Amino acid sequence: MARVVFAPGLRRFTGGAESVEIEARDVRELLGALYRRWPELESRLAEGTAIAVDGEVIPNGEALFEPLRPDTEVHFLPQIGGG
Amino acid sequence: MSERKFRQVGTRPIRHDGLDKVTGRAQFGADFSLPGMLWGKVLRSPHAHARIRSIDVSAALALPGVHAVITGRDFPEVAAESAAGGEGATDFRDLALNVMARDKALYHGHPVAAVAATSVRIAEEACKKIAVDYEVLTPVLSLDQALAKDAPILHERMRASGDEPLPEGPTNLASRREMGRGDVAAGFAAADAVVEREFRTPMVHQGYIEPHAVLARTGEDGRAVVYCCTQGPFMVRAFSAKVLGVATDTIKVVPTEIGGGFGGKTTVYLEPLAILLSRKSGRPVKMVMTREEVFRATGPTSGTHIRVKMGAKRDGTLTAAEAVLVYEAGAFKGSPVGAAMMTVFAPYKLANVRIEGWDVVVNKPKVAAYRAPGAPMAALATETVMDELARKLGQDPIDFRLVNAAHEGVQATYGPKFRAIGFVESLRAAKAHPHYRAPLGANQGRGVACGFWFNAGLSSSANVSINEDGSAVVMSGCPDIGGSRASLALMAAEELGIPVEQVRPVVVDTESIGFNDLTGGSRVTFATGMAVIEAARDVVNQLRARAAKTWEVELDAVAWNEGRAVAVNGAEGKHEPLTLRQLAARAAATGGPISGRASLTARGAGPGFATHLCDVEVDRETGAVKVLRYTAVQDAGRAVHPSYVEGQMQGGVAQGIGWALNEEYVYDARGAMENPGFLDYRVPVASDLPMIDTVIVEVPNPMHPYGVRGVGETPIVPPLAAVANAVERAAGVEIRELPISPPKLLALIEGAR
Repeated sequence: MARVVFAPGLRRFTGGAESVEIEARDVRELLGALYRRWPELESRLAEGTAIAVDGEVIPNGEALFEPLRPDTEVHFLPQIGGG
Repeated sequence: MSERKFRQVGTRPIRHDGLDKVTGRAQFGADFSLPGMLWGKVLRSPHAHARIRSIDVSAALALPGVHAVITGRDFPEVAAESAAGGEGATDFRDLALNVMARDKALYHGHPVAAVAATSVRIAEEACKKIAVDYEVLTPVLSLDQALAKDAPILHERMRASGDEPLPEGPTNLASRREMGRGDVAAGFAAADAVVEREFRTPMVHQGYIEPHAVLARTGEDGRAVVYCCTQGPFMVRAFSAKVLGVATDTIKVVPTEIGGGFGGKTTVYLEPLAILLSRKSGRPVKMVMTREEVFRATGPTSGTHIRVKMGAKRDGTLTAAEAVLVYEAGAFKGSPVGAAMMTVFAPYKLANVRIEGWDVVVNKPKVAAYRAPGAPMAALATETVMDELARKLGQDPIDFRLVNAAHEGVQATYGPKFRAIGFVESLRAAKAHPHYRAPLGANQGRGVACGFWFNAGLSSSANVSINEDGSAVVMSGCPDIGGSRASLALMAAEELGIPVEQVRPVVVDTESIGFNDLTGGSRVTFATGMAVIEAARDVVNQLRARAAKTWEVELDAVAWNEGRAVAVNGAEGKHEPLTLRQLAARAAATGGPISGRASLTARGAGPGFATHLCDVEVDRETGAVKVLRYTAVQDAGRAVHPSYVEGQMQGGVAQGIGWALNEEYVYDARGAMENPGFLDYRVPVASDLPMIDTVIVEVPNPMHPYGVRGVGETPIVPPLAAVANAVERAAGVEIRELPISPPKLLALIEGAR
């Protein structure tokens, strides 16, 4: 089960949950499960968010097919750029 | 991986593009011309905040020699749509409005019209004849003004987004975000020493030497060819297409040589204007910014207001940290405050942390990326607070950082766990350096500061082709802003087993190679390098197959060794090795020309860490600061071309010293920048700086075939704090504001007397 950790700003969408464990093969399945559970999370995560999958920070739209291992940890982060 | 013996990687050949650059033959953005070419100029708003009631271009159009005039009305409505760009997400509606104002001018210098004429003089004259009727509004020139109750509002439709609490209704606060973990209050309660400080840093510019320049030619079929100096030709193609409402494939972008970018050339300014002027006039149109235009109307980085509070136990262990980061975005939302939030405490192990980030619009140019966007100002705050904590606890500043330094397996303050990183190694190397033990004289001080940057991967394509004489060409779509031609050629040479001088690296246009994300995020040597390695391995496999065909053996009976196919796996000694040159000469007979390609999205960009040492001397009579000695230590993973890694480190330090001591946008009360030139906007010159010593630490990145990490951005993160800490120790004052210019420092010294 992948463990998803929510930053404080996201917890109002998750009923205060700081983390949740989700059975998913990849990020697409994981997001689907999260949005079914907390529909308001979808529009919030669409706002310039990146996803960290086991430390790899990936722009949200590019992470959909990222595979998840049973002990994967997922974080949602602000999207960043570089100079 | 770490056991691999490299023959080319790690050497210091002369860069392939070096001779053309030092002899003046290299062609930069402004060097291109076409027959029948017109010159474009931009009419810019003389007001920082004004409603545009009407624009009358008839007098300008009537001027002999004028072929086209465009205003906001010539552009299509662009829908709000977010896409990844140099500074994180780019909103195309905002981008379109920044390129050409419609109803409102939002900063002094905001384009309101553009002209194409037969000469620059006529184009300038025509601009003067354009009548714009403005309703001048009160400009918002600081974060405090922007967030004040009843502040003038830049965008009536903008509402704050992000994490509650948020203001209701129109606001200049674009977003507010929070991150963190643990119990910060309990952490501070457990601390033996707590330091809290506020900092203000001004808007500063990247200061690239080459102004923005473009030449666009639009044909009768509507297709445009654009020559421009940019960090991202594919970005120029996509962004220009969005702004103009045309299909991406109607624009071809040819990147010219680039005279510096540092993040500032990761968006578009002139390109859509030149394309539109060319389309309207039917002639090629060239536009070159003046230095003044570069300062007033391209993207600097944010001015900031930062509060940082940190606590530690007597043994040096950090117990809690808190930061509020308020960043100017300029005229449109999108400051690098998100990256600032993630980097502000990233070097340290912290169980209890709370970080708040505010993105605020003001009537100044929209910020663009600048080397590790957002991180240097955040590090200024953290690293000066760390230094004061070390002093309070009576600890050596490097030892104090070593107690708290992040390492592999540590949960970063922004969430995920670090893989192999070289922060501890950089601290140890700095402590062992003779610089750290060198004696200091009167009025001299030594500052220590550290820095972190993520580095990026993103998408890259590369081609490697073999010439008939056995030499090779490496094609990339990423403009070379930091020596990447040399590093890409070295990696190809390493795989092919031939001298790097026999590899020609070239940067090609958007129709000659697969998609590439822009040159930024310190990603090219890492990510495009990965594509080059993969493409070169593709070539090597083809070469092995050609040898197998020649020898009539199976593929696994051929190995590639030092540029030659050799027989192995039972075939040893039965066939004379075939060199790359021999195989290339026979290519037509064995299957045709040999080329390899690779396109990938690179994962595993290893974060970069640095530790810097800075010695300064303070003149207590004038407030002047002289940097006496500077040593930069950085983990490069694997230095492919050490000279260019060192060059990146030295360049980052030089820019950081300028940011710390001199550079700032100075505005008058109307919102006009008062110092838009290098005489008054003082970047450091050679005589201002000592030799900047460098130490490359190599903790290989396990996610790259050679262990490479990006190196271009990390070195600008520590210098602001390294200089500030040195000045604090030299002068016995507390730095809360940049730049540490003579009048400001003198006031602090006199205040402390």
